[in-house]
Amino acid sequence: MRNPQLNTHGELTHLLSIEGLPREVIIHILDTASSFLKVSAREVKKVPLLRGKSVFNVFFENSTRTRTTFEIAAKRLSADVINLDVTRSSTAKGETLLDTVDNLVAMHADMFVVRHAASGAPHLIAEHLRRLGKDSVHVINAGDGRHAHPTQGLLDMYTIRHYKKDFSHLVVAVVGDILHSRVARSDLHALLTLGVAEVRVIGPQTLLPTAVAAMGVRVCHDLATGLRDCDVVIMLRLQNERMNGALLPSAREYFSCYGLTPQALALARPDAIVMHPGPMNRGVEIDSDVADGPQAVILPQVTFGIAVRMAVMGILTGN
Amino acid sequence: MTAIDLPDAEAQCSELADLIRPHLRPDTMLVGIHSGGAWVAGRLRRLLALPGEIGLLDVSFYRDDYGERGLHPRVKPSSIPFDVEGRPLILVDDVLFTGRTTRAAINELFDYGRPAFVQLAVLADRGQRQLPICADYCPWRVQLEPTQDLILSTGDDGCLRWSIAEHA
Repeated sequence: MRNPQLNTHGELTHLLSIEGLPREVIIHILDTASSFLKVSAREVKKVPLLRGKSVFNVFFENSTRTRTTFEIAAKRLSADVINLDVTRSSTAKGETLLDTVDNLVAMHADMFVVRHAASGAPHLIAEHLRRLGKDSVHVINAGDGRHAHPTQGLLDMYTIRHYKKDFSHLVVAVVGDILHSRVARSDLHALLTLGVAEVRVIGPQTLLPTAVAAMGVRVCHDLATGLRDCDVVIMLRLQNERMNGALLPSAREYFSCYGLTPQALALARPDAIVMHPGPMNRGVEIDSDVADGPQAVILPQVTFGIAVRMAVMGILTGN
Repeated sequence: MTAIDLPDAEAQCSELADLIRPHLRPDTMLVGIHSGGAWVAGRLRRLLALPGEIGLLDVSFYRDDYGERGLHPRVKPSSIPFDVEGRPLILVDDVLFTGRTTRAAINELFDYGRPAFVQLAVLADRGQRQLPICADYCPWRVQLEPTQDLILSTGDDGCLRWSIAEHA
C-alpha cells in the first residue's frame, strides 16, 4: 500500500501520523531540530529557508498554544503565515472542508497546518491535493480527533533524547486518559518505533483503549506499580468534559488515584523526567510541587517544540 | 583529462597558516564551514596558536539550491562561541568553486552580528566562480573539469587527504 506521507521518491511530503514513519525519518527530524534549536538562541532568530512561502494555519478546532508554536516556527523560517479561524468563518457559513482547501490553494498556499476534530481530516486534504496534482503543497497534522498529533509526539521524543541520550534502555510511562488522547497515540507509536525497552500505559479501565496491550505496551491500572523504576513519565491532560460522563466519578478522586504527587514520583527513578503536553490541570493530573519541581521538563518541551516544527516544515518544503 | 598529482593537504594547511600569520590581529577569530572547512580551521587554530575556540557554520539553512535539492540530510548545528560584533573574522573552507557556499556563509554570519571584516581562506581554488567572490588566502589554484569533484577527507591516520571523484 502507498504511504500517504511519502512522495513518489519515498521522501516525506506530508506529516500526518507517526504510525508508519520509518525510524530513520524520525531520527532525521530530531537531528535537524537540534540545528534549528540553535537558531532560536541567536540574536537574529530567523533563517531564510522558507522565504516567499505561505503557510496557512487552518484550525477547525481551537488551540492557541499549538497554533502559536507553528506560527513562530514558520516565521523563524521566514515564511509568511496566515492564521485562519475557520470555525468562525467559512465552515460556519456551510463551506465544506475541501472547498476551503481549494480556495486556499487558489491563493497559492504552500503548506497547510491543520487541526480538526475529525480523525483523518488532514489525510483527506493530503489525498485531495494529490488528486489535484498539487505535489508542492504540504500538509502537517496539528491534531486530528483522537487519531494523531505527530509534532507533539516528535517533540516529546526530542525531549526524551535531550535528557536521556539513548532510547534503548528506557522505561517510559504514559499516564492518564489514553482513550481520548491523540498525543498518547503519537507518543506510543514513536516510542515503539524508536525501540525503548518498555512502554507502560497507566490509567483507569474506562480511559484505556481495549486493544492497547496488543500494541506491545504494558497496561497498569495502579499508578504506584506503573511508575516503579520509570525513566520518563508522560502525563496527559484530563479534559474537563470527561468529568461529566460515566468515565470518572470526580476530579478529586482521579487525582487521589492517578495524580502525580511527589510521593508517587518518588517511586520512579531518582533522575526520572516528568513531561506534560499542556495545558496542565494542576491538582487534577499533576501536583503543583511536581509541575514546578526539578524533574519537570514541561517548559523545555515548549522550546524544543518550536525547533521540531521548524525541522518538519524545513524538511517537507524541501521535498 | 589526465590524472593530476594531488598535493599534501596537511602541508597546504601549514602554507595557508603562513599566508595568514602576517595579517592576524589579536582578536581575529576563525570560522570553519562544515565539514572540510571545519577541519582546516581546526588545524589553522593550532598552527597559528590562536587561544579562542573556532566558530563552525553549517550553511544548509542558507543555501540557494534548497528549492531544487531540499534540506541536506545531515545538517550540523552552527556554533559561534564568541561575539561577532565588531570582530575581524576569517572564514575557512576547503574548496572555493562557484562561491555560493561562501555567499550563504556570509549571510549566516551576519545573523550573528556585524563583524569588522570578513576574509576568506581556502586550501584550494578551482575557479569557475558564479558570484563576485575571491579568496584572500589560498595556497593552491587548480584547473578541473566540471564533471570532477575535489574532495577533502580525513584518512584512518587522521590526516587530511585530497581525492577526485567523477560525477555525471
